Amino acid sequence: MTARIGVVTFPGTLDDRDTQRAISIAGAEAVPLWHRDNDLKQVDAVVLPGGFSYGDYLRAGAISRFSPVMGTVIEQAHAGMPVLGICNGFQVLCEAHLLPGAMLRNTGLHFVCRDQKLRVETADTAWTSDYVPGQEISIPLKNIDGRYTADERTLDELEAEGRVAFRYSDVNPNGSLRDIAGITNAAGNVVGLMPHPEHAVEPLVGTGRTDGLAFFTSVIKKLVNA
Amino acid sequence: MARVVVDVMLKPEILDPQGQAVQRALPRLGFAGISDVRQGKRFELEVEGPVDDAALARIREMAETFLANTVIEDFDVKVES
Repeated sequence: MTARIGVVTFPGTLDDRDTQRAISIAGAEAVPLWHRDNDLKQVDAVVLPGGFSYGDYLRAGAISRFSPVMGTVIEQAHAGMPVLGICNGFQVLCEAHLLPGAMLRNTGLHFVCRDQKLRVETADTAWTSDYVPGQEISIPLKNIDGRYTADERTLDELEAEGRVAFRYSDVNPNGSLRDIAGITNAAGNVVGLMPHPEHAVEPLVGTGRTDGLAFFTSVIKKLVNA
Repeated sequence: MARVVVDVMLKPEILDPQGQAVQRALPRLGFAGISDVRQGKRFELEVEGPVDDAALARIREMAETFLANTVIEDFDVKVES
């Protein structure tokens, strides 16, 4: 069986093509999904890619969160379907309350674009099982609204339940609380992170590292073994 | 037509680097004596029909679910005559 993974395109999405490509390289079928359709075309998992959906108007992700496709994504995520939000996709997942917290303007007020070192904190999610906890990876980061924020109680809960999925290592590029780069929901099927695994899947481009590929191989293993 | 104003501000405990940048620029521009600046958003809603309790309740719902993200922001609803 070939896993079918949907990639949503909102108006203003930038990284849908790279995400589709990463999915193909990992060995699954990439299925383009359109923000105005509430039909997910029977995909097994969904990725919300990066970009500036709806121009980041109001707040990043605030308008996309109410698009027709998100109604179905939210319903399916609650039913256990794997959903990954990358960058703007992470912001959409927070606005949709599928993940706790919110993203704010970087503390340095600059758009940051760099190769970012991350520490993998948990392999117990649909999207990180091919990593080892404590593993250091390096993938591109590019955002201006990347400062992860939540109240102290939520942060303590995330830590206690092992739901911090990735932390920035060496540099905290945007002022995210507790160096959080990515988190998971309690069930482990919904994961969001600011850096971009889909830009680090081929040795020919970028840093030459393929540290992002394991996101996609992780979920494919889960779907094929399901 | 009545106007309802919704003010949205970051919660007091949330760091506002944009407000800080504005505050730091003030002395350079000759505006002394401002110890803190916080930046927010103001929405002016032109309401069709009467602004009664039901209309205000709907506007509060709109502010809570859409205009503000209550994880990080507080909002205030005022009727302007």
